[in-house]
Amino acid sequence: MGWMDHLVIVPVLLPLVTGAMLLMFDERRHRLKATINVVSTILLALVAVSLLDIADTPTAANKAAAIVYLLGNWPAPFGIVLVLDRLSAMMLVLTAMLALPALIYSLARWHKSGPHFHTLFQLLLMGLNGAFLTGDLFNLFVFFEVLLASSYGLMLHGSGPLRVKAGLHYIVINLAASSLFLIGVAMIYGVAGTLNMADLSVRIALVPASDRMLLDAGAGILGIAFLVKAGMWPLGFWLPTAYNAAAAPVAAIFAILSKVGVYALMRLSPLLFGAGAGDSTGFGDSWLLVGGMATMAFGIIGVLASQAKGRLAGFYILISSGTLLAAIGMANAPTTAGALYYLVSSTMAVSAFFLLIELVDRVQDPAANVLAVTMDAYGDDMEEEEAEEEVGVAIPATLVILGICFASSGLLLAGLPPLSGFIGKFAILTAVFNPNGLTQGSTLSLSTWVFAGLLVVSGLAAMIAITRSGIQTFWAPIEGRVPRVLLMEIAPVAFLLTLCVGLTVFGGPVMRYMEQTAQSLHSPGTYIEGVMNAPRVPPPAREAAP
Amino acid sequence: MELVLAIGIGVLIGSGVFLLFRPRTYQLIIGLSLIAYGVNLFIFSMGRLKIAAPPVLASGGPVNPADYADPIPQALVLTAIVIGFATAALFLVVLLVSRGLTGSDHVDGREPN
Repeated sequence: MGWMDHLVIVPVLLPLVTGAMLLMFDERRHRLKATINVVSTILLALVAVSLLDIADTPTAANKAAAIVYLLGNWPAPFGIVLVLDRLSAMMLVLTAMLALPALIYSLARWHKSGPHFHTLFQLLLMGLNGAFLTGDLFNLFVFFEVLLASSYGLMLHGSGPLRVKAGLHYIVINLAASSLFLIGVAMIYGVAGTLNMADLSVRIALVPASDRMLLDAGAGILGIAFLVKAGMWPLGFWLPTAYNAAAAPVAAIFAILSKVGVYALMRLSPLLFGAGAGDSTGFGDSWLLVGGMATMAFGIIGVLASQAKGRLAGFYILISSGTLLAAIGMANAPTTAGALYYLVSSTMAVSAFFLLIELVDRVQDPAANVLAVTMDAYGDDMEEEEAEEEVGVAIPATLVILGICFASSGLLLAGLPPLSGFIGKFAILTAVFNPNGLTQGSTLSLSTWVFAGLLVVSGLAAMIAITRSGIQTFWAPIEGRVPRVLLMEIAPVAFLLTLCVGLTVFGGPVMRYMEQTAQSLHSPGTYIEGVMNAPRVPPPAREAAP
Repeated sequence: MELVLAIGIGVLIGSGVFLLFRPRTYQLIIGLSLIAYGVNLFIFSMGRLKIAAPPVLASGGPVNPADYADPIPQALVLTAIVIGFATAALFLVVLLVSRGLTGSDHVDGREPN
């Protein structure tokens, strides 16, 4: 077993070790802490990309393109496993690609406005990566708690009454959802006798009819816990307020938190209740479809109604969650492929938008929000110090660059050509209208038409809302104030937008990857086989007794 | 025994849910703790109830699994207790901060008119 075989566990161990190490240094040595954090995050990104490469190139040894890592070398259904397949590799890369810009952005000033920012940031990454890699329901719970616990800390980063109030609601709702998660997991264990996802998938078909109702109830309760995280209507009212209150870099990394719930549903729904699940086949699909569409409708109203840009972005997250949930509810591989593309594109776009909001708001009200936050946290005596805090290179032609970034993230969010938002929506629409392939005619149900209509209207609503707020910001002020924007703050936004352009330019290969991912999600035979037959490492040969 | 345990879990979770819908932060934390206790008992009961049965297999010789209690729910409960304890402590801190910043123990930070 070479060192490359242990690469799968690095995305969990590296942030854990870095986060723990950062605790050793005093808060005043923020430059050192920032350097360690950046180096670790870059390493994480490199590891994630190489794991993506491994997952995408099936070899003779791993035909399923899934690498199974047996922790403690126990065979699969008994021990805990980490599983790397295309979906988890993609989510790892997405996490790293959001983490890096958010971190760089925070170095301009945010990382100093509260203690232990860097540690919490690394632990959040650990929780995210673990949740994407684990092949075991209870471990999923543990990693959910790790990422939630650090997200509570990050949510409150910068302090202030608004954040504490929103954070309080956020914590209570997530604690209640965690209880539901545990009840669901316990019921599933009580009926099926296993928590390993692959083993569960095999056993669900064998559950006797008398226990079937208990199993469905357990899966339903577990699903509610995921849906709270994903923000499905009527479980998502907390989301826009919480994301609006969070500091800009925190909101940017939070953009992926709601996608963790979506990921869990995307993974478990076809695996547990796919074609091979006996009487439970298709359990919950219609709930996801209807709930997703209701979420989209609610998000559309919210986007049109919100004045603050932060709330607009929060409601946009609801639209995107709703789209993904409804696409999962469609339960076919082409729609899932489109949804995966849309997931990547919309998450990066909304993350860039969250970073941009703070910069753009300075046009109207320069630096006031940052000052207000600092004054809330430390009292008024910090005011004089604030002026000299800004170090770094300011960029020229600020308004032009901000305007270009704002317009392109608007295009991405609304899903207009030529950027990747359009391709994602187009792929979903094509798949929805031709579920059996392009040439096969099939009758379309009412829900298909409603879904397609909502998808188009949601783009229109996002465009109206963003255009309105863009006009208010860039054109309406009579005394145009040119804000001071650091290179360090605009570069992360540009990086995320460039990635979206990359997704557009390399649309073909990316889409091929998504299609293969969706295929393996909907025919999980190779996944199950890969996990259940994962070879144990032979124990090292004992030296002959003297 | 099943009946006693079921009623106990029901009372704990019922009171917890009632408290969760109250508007004061102190009621919230007590409610969340009660729910956590109820959930822990529930997980424990999902391994089936057995009296005086050890969860760890005796070494040597063939064993009859029916003589042993299921160890997995016990391990799960331990993890859940630790995590629940930590998050309750964290929530307590946020509760105190909110009380200090707003001067009110209402969840919205201000008294209803």
